[in-house]
Amino acid sequence: MPYFVTAIRVVPAIALALLILPVLLGLAGVVAPAFGWHPALGGEAWTLSHWQALGSAPGLDDMIRLSLLTGLASALATLIIVTLCLATFLETRAFGAIRRLLSPLLAVPHAAAAIGLAFLLTPSGLASRLVSPWLSGWAHPPDYLFPGDSIGLALALGLTLKEIPFLLLMSLAALPQCRAGERLMMARSLGYGRINGFLKGVMPALYPLIRLPLYAIIVFATANIEVAMILGPSTPPPLAVAVVRWLGDPDLTMRFQAAAGALLQIGVTAGALLIWWLGERLVSRLGAGWLRDGHRRRGERLGRGLGTLMTWLAIGVLVAALGGLILWSLAGYWPFPDAWPAPLTLHAWQQATMGIGTSLSNTVTIGLAATGIALVLTLGCLEAETHRRRPLSAGTQLILYLPLLVPQVAFLQGLVQWQTQAGLNAGWPAVTLSHALFVLPYTFLSLAESYRRQDPRWRQVAATLGASPASIFLRIRLPMLAAPILVAGAVGFAVSIGQYLPTLLLGAGRLTTLTTEAVNLASGGDRRLTAVYALYQLALPALGFALATALPRLWWRHRRQMLSGDAA
Amino acid sequence: MSTAPLRLDEIAITHGGPPLIDISASVAPGEILTLMGPSGVGKSTLLAHIAGFLPVGFQASGRVLLGETDLGLLPPERRRLGLLFQDPLLFPHLDVGGNLAFGMPAGGSRRQRRDEVNTALDDIGLSGFAERDPGTLSGGQRARVALMRVLLARPRAMLLDEPFSKLDTALRDEMRRLVFERIRRDGLPTLMVTHDRADAEAAGGPIIEL
Repeated sequence: MPYFVTAIRVVPAIALALLILPVLLGLAGVVAPAFGWHPALGGEAWTLSHWQALGSAPGLDDMIRLSLLTGLASALATLIIVTLCLATFLETRAFGAIRRLLSPLLAVPHAAAAIGLAFLLTPSGLASRLVSPWLSGWAHPPDYLFPGDSIGLALALGLTLKEIPFLLLMSLAALPQCRAGERLMMARSLGYGRINGFLKGVMPALYPLIRLPLYAIIVFATANIEVAMILGPSTPPPLAVAVVRWLGDPDLTMRFQAAAGALLQIGVTAGALLIWWLGERLVSRLGAGWLRDGHRRRGERLGRGLGTLMTWLAIGVLVAALGGLILWSLAGYWPFPDAWPAPLTLHAWQQATMGIGTSLSNTVTIGLAATGIALVLTLGCLEAETHRRRPLSAGTQLILYLPLLVPQVAFLQGLVQWQTQAGLNAGWPAVTLSHALFVLPYTFLSLAESYRRQDPRWRQVAATLGASPASIFLRIRLPMLAAPILVAGAVGFAVSIGQYLPTLLLGAGRLTTLTTEAVNLASGGDRRLTAVYALYQLALPALGFALATALPRLWWRHRRQMLSGDAA
Repeated sequence: MSTAPLRLDEIAITHGGPPLIDISASVAPGEILTLMGPSGVGKSTLLAHIAGFLPVGFQASGRVLLGETDLGLLPPERRRLGLLFQDPLLFPHLDVGGNLAFGMPAGGSRRQRRDEVNTALDDIGLSGFAERDPGTLSGGQRARVALMRVLLARPRAMLLDEPFSKLDTALRDEMRRLVFERIRRDGLPTLMVTHDRADAEAAGGPIIEL
C-alpha cells in the first residue's frame, strides 16, 4: 500500500470538511429564509416581516429569559459542584468510588435522565412517595408544578445533573496536564486547607483547560430541545423548543418565523457566552487579591461540607432517578403514597416489544454507522498527525468542537432547508451523517490521548523490521490500541443514541429512534411505557460500554501486558 | 552474508545551535564501532537519525552509506538496519512466534514460516516457546527473542542502543557474547552506543569518545 501515507494525510481535510461544511451551509440555509428568501416555500422576496411576526409571538420575552437563565444557572451550578467535588475529594480514597459511579452516568442519554428525574420529583413521584404519609402527611399527591414549573427550575436541575459527569470527566483529563497533584501537595505543605489549596493553587491553572467544555455546556444548556421538552415549561417554552414547534407547524409560512427564531437563538446563546465571559473577567479581577491574601483555612469546613453534600446528592438523585425508571416500568397499579408498586408486572415490557422493533433497529444501525464513520475519521486524523510529525493546530482543535459550539437548532434547520430546496430525501443517510457530525468530537476527544501517548519505539521497531506504514498501522497500532479504540466507539455510540433533534429534523419526523419515541411518550401520560423506552435507551449505551471493556479482556486473556496496560 | 561497510560521511546533527554531534566513520562488515559518552550528548539521536527517526526539531547533514546505497534516500522500513533498544519491545499483542514471524520477510507457506520460527527458537535455546505470551518470559529470554527477531529480518547492518544496560550482570555477559558472535558470523557492520566501558571492551572494535 504505497499510497497509504498520501491517503492518510487527506483524512484531516475530510474530517474538517465534515465538521465545517454542514455548520456553515446550515447557517447560510437559515439566514436566507429568515429574511424571506426560500423559493421552495414560495418566498421570493426579501422582507423583514418574519422578524416582525417573531417579535409579536406571544411570550417571546419569557422564552428568551428562560433559555438564558436556565442555561447560565445550570452551567454555573455544574461548575460549582464539580469544583467543590474535586476540591473535597481529589487524592482521597472516596474519589475512586465517585469516579466509578459518575463516569458511566456520562453515557446516560439526556432524554432518559430527564425522564428519570421527572418521575422522581413529580408530585406523585418516588421522592414524595418515600416521605409520605409518615413525614409529609400527604395522603394525596401534593400540589406543586414539577416538571414544567414556569421559571424553569426543573429544567435547570436536569441540565445540571446531566452535565456534572461530563465536566467532571473533562476535568479529570485536564488535571494531570496542570500538575494538580503537585500543586495541591505544595499548597497543603504551606498550610493551606484542602479547599483553599485547591481553589487558590489548582483552579487558576485548571480553569483555562476546561473553558471550552464549559462553553459547550452553555451552548447546549441554552439551546437544548429534549430536556426542555420533558422538564421545561410549555407555555411559553424555552426559545429553542418554540423554534422546533414552529418548524413542525402545518402552516408552512411558520418556517420563515422558525428561521428568524433560529437566528435569535444564536444571539441568545452568544449573549449567554458573553455574560459568562464577562463573569470570568470579573472573577479574575476580584480574585486576584484573594489569591494573595494568605488566608489558608477560611470557609474550609463549609466548603468541604457543601462539596460532600452536593456530590453525594447528585449521585443519589441520578441513581434514584434510574432506579425509579425500573420501578415504573414494572408497575401495575401503583396508588399514591405507596413507595413500592405491587404487584410487579411485565405488562409494559410486553406492550413495548410489539412496537419497539423499528425504532430499536434504527437506533442501532444509525448508531453503529455514525460511530464507524467517526472512528475512521478520528483514527485517520491521529495517524496523519504521526506522519506529519506534529499535532493538530489549535484552530483545528477548535473546529473539532464546532458542532458543539453552535446551537443545533440553528444549523440543522438550515440543512433541512437545503434538503427541501434540493429535493433530497430525508431519511437514514442524512440522519446518520448528522449523527456522525456530533459523534466525531467525542470519539476524537476520547481517543487522542492514548493514541498520541503510545511509545514511538513500537513503530520504530516495526519499521526497522521492514514493516510499511500501512502495515504498522494495521498490525501494530490498531491491535495495541484496541481497548481505547473500543471505548471511543462506545462513547460515540452513546452520543449517537442520545441525539434527538438531528433525527427529528433530518429524518423529517418519519424516522423513529428510541430517543424520539421516548421524548414523544414523555409528553403523553403513560409513565410505564415511557419508562420502558427510557430504559431501552439507557441499556444500549451500557451494553456498548460493557462490550468495550469485556472484549479486550477476552481477546488478550493470554497476553499479560495487554491487560496490565504496559502496552500503551 | 553482508559484505558492505557502513559509512558515516560528515554527519552533523544540530538542534538549533552548534552541532551536538559531528562525526565521520567507516565500519567494516563484522566490525563493531562503539560510541561512548555521557548521556545527553546525542548518541541515541545519531542512531535514530541513521535508522530514519530523527526527532522533530533536529536537523542533520551529511550522508549515511551502506556500500554504495545512500540510506538517507530510503524510508526507514527499506533501510534494513537491525535496531536493538535497551528494552526488548516484544509486541505484547503477539505470541513469541508471532513476534519472530513479524520480523521475517514475507513469502513461503504457513508451514515453512512456522518451521523457520521453530528453528530460530531452537537456535537461541527457547525450543517450544512459539506460542508463549512474551509477558511470561524472563528478561534474558525476552532479550534473546528480540535479538532473533532482528536477525530474522536479514539486516545489512546493526544499530545497538545501550542494548545490555537493563540486564543484570550475569545475563549481560551472556547476551554480549551471543550478540557479538552473531554479528561477526553474519558479517554485519555494527554501531553501538553505550556508556558502559565493559560493553566497548567486549566488542573489541574501535571506540569513539563523544
